[in-house]
Amino acid sequence: MTIPGAGVVLQSIVNGLLMGGVYSLISVGLTLIFGVMKIINFAHGSIMMLGMYITYWLYVLLGVDPYLSLFMSIPSLFLVGLILQKFLISPVMGAPEHNQLLLTLGISLFIENLALLVWTPNFRSLEIPYLKKAFLLGPVMVTVPKVIAFVFALVLSGIVYFFLKKTDLGRGIRAASEEREGAMAVGINLKKVFYVAFGIGTACAGAAGTLVAPFFYVNPQAGATFVITAFVVVVLGGMGNFMGAFLGGLIVGLAESLGAAFMPGQIKQFIIYVIFVLVLLFKPEGLFGRNVGR
Amino acid sequence: MEETWEGKKPGLKKTVFGALIAIALIVLPHFLGDYLIHVITMGLLFGYLGLAWNLLGGYAGQFSFGHAAFFGIGAYTSTLLQIHHGVNPWLGLFFSGLAGLLLGLFIGFLCFRYGLKGPYFALAMLAFAEMLRLLATQWMSLRYPLGISIPLKGDSFADFQFRSKIPYYYLCLILTAGLVYLMRFIERRKTGLYFKAIRENDDAAEAMGVDVFRYKLIAMALSAFLTAMGGTFYAQYYLIVEEESAFGTGISVAILLGPLVGGVGTIGGPILGGFVLEFLSEVTRNLLGAYSGVHLMIYGALLVFVIIFMPNGIFGGIKVLVKKVCKYGG
Repeated sequence: MTIPGAGVVLQSIVNGLLMGGVYSLISVGLTLIFGVMKIINFAHGSIMMLGMYITYWLYVLLGVDPYLSLFMSIPSLFLVGLILQKFLISPVMGAPEHNQLLLTLGISLFIENLALLVWTPNFRSLEIPYLKKAFLLGPVMVTVPKVIAFVFALVLSGIVYFFLKKTDLGRGIRAASEEREGAMAVGINLKKVFYVAFGIGTACAGAAGTLVAPFFYVNPQAGATFVITAFVVVVLGGMGNFMGAFLGGLIVGLAESLGAAFMPGQIKQFIIYVIFVLVLLFKPEGLFGRNVGR
Repeated sequence: MEETWEGKKPGLKKTVFGALIAIALIVLPHFLGDYLIHVITMGLLFGYLGLAWNLLGGYAGQFSFGHAAFFGIGAYTSTLLQIHHGVNPWLGLFFSGLAGLLLGLFIGFLCFRYGLKGPYFALAMLAFAEMLRLLATQWMSLRYPLGISIPLKGDSFADFQFRSKIPYYYLCLILTAGLVYLMRFIERRKTGLYFKAIRENDDAAEAMGVDVFRYKLIAMALSAFLTAMGGTFYAQYYLIVEEESAFGTGISVAILLGPLVGGVGTIGGPILGGFVLEFLSEVTRNLLGAYSGVHLMIYGALLVFVIIFMPNGIFGGIKVLVKKVCKYGG
């Protein structure tokens, strides 16, 4: 245990909040899928990893700006979500919960190890001059790609929020997540709702992958750490609770960054697991209760 | 589900069949090369681990995604005791089981006391296994960057080390046969019925007077004890222990995948599943060679396939088929 100075603490707070924004975006997708379909999507991290590689290869092969590649990663991973939902998830919608979890675990094992085979375990990073810049904000050093990622993550989460609040389809999704039978009774097309919800969920993960690619090592296992963090966030925020996931992302980002300042090394990841188990044991309903959009 | 609980006597046919299988398994290694013996030994080991998992997952209905926690603690306990304190690995086998049992009781107490069920229990187990992996990495990787090697002692029964694969095969056979016997024993006793009652509906079981918490703990402790002993066998077989092959998610998946493929909650299922898995991973290793992780890709695909198309495993599928044939065949 080291006692850091005030400057380090302030720096950790800022970094934690910036990273927390990205966690929020991933978790919003995960909680949406859980809320509507009652499925814990273990493959969420692998989808995010695919987003990272899309951005990486678009830049390396075609020179596409990483943030422009959002226009590629979001729709293509939305499509991946639809395909997964159609062929793999929908056949097990009525199966026992642990079987559903096993299914998504199987999907994630497959995608991750396929990526390992195709792209090798090498750590890759984007070398882009304007993204190497950092600036001083008072006593705090801020790097450009983290700020951009934070802003984009907020904007994208906001778009999903307004979609859920203001559009008919969004209202349908919220209705289905609160009361499936009731939603069906008032004529909501559940099938369509499932597709869209799963697609938006995976698109969020993909977008998050694109956003972290400029300042994170791109590798096949990159998603695995994020998915556990997202689990923590989603449980903390209340499974299926949109605002809970959003705020939870910021909280976990802060906690992780401050934890790392006090206890360096691999212990950071360890602490995420400890928090996860503690929350599951003592606060399984989360800080803010369940259900979307409250 | 058919339940036999007053010791129904097996028919003559069954006894003869069982005796034939036993004789075949005993003489088998003398007709096979080293490689095939290795494959069968690993098939048996994963059958054994699957049976141990099945006790908790298949009978008591508590799906664990993190049995690598017990497997790894077993592998590390006997190995570290051996290297640092000169403890004989046979004694280590017992201490490993004990370490697994204590860990199982600890995790089980936390999870069951606070009512974790279904996917939440599964994820908590995964988290515990990952925590142990991180701890092992943190503490061991500086001192043993390439994993901990067990010093070679040559061909010595006393040191649990053999040059030939055949003694390992027999050991694994004894472990597996012993566990099969234990499972058949439990299945016919009150404990086995309590496990099944908890699996089907634990609130109802509680209402009927089953001490659900206590029996879940018993299943967990026993399963952990057996899994940890499997970890020691693995360590003595390869004579090396490292974090990823002890506590890795791949191990957790390999352990639970066998029963799932063969048939959860049956005795034959996990063993059959263990062999299917080992066979698949050997084939892919031979075809695709050096790429590590290919067998995990296959495991992933298999997991998806089994869940969608054969949720009751091979044994369950056969049962359904037999029923259908009987129905239409008169």
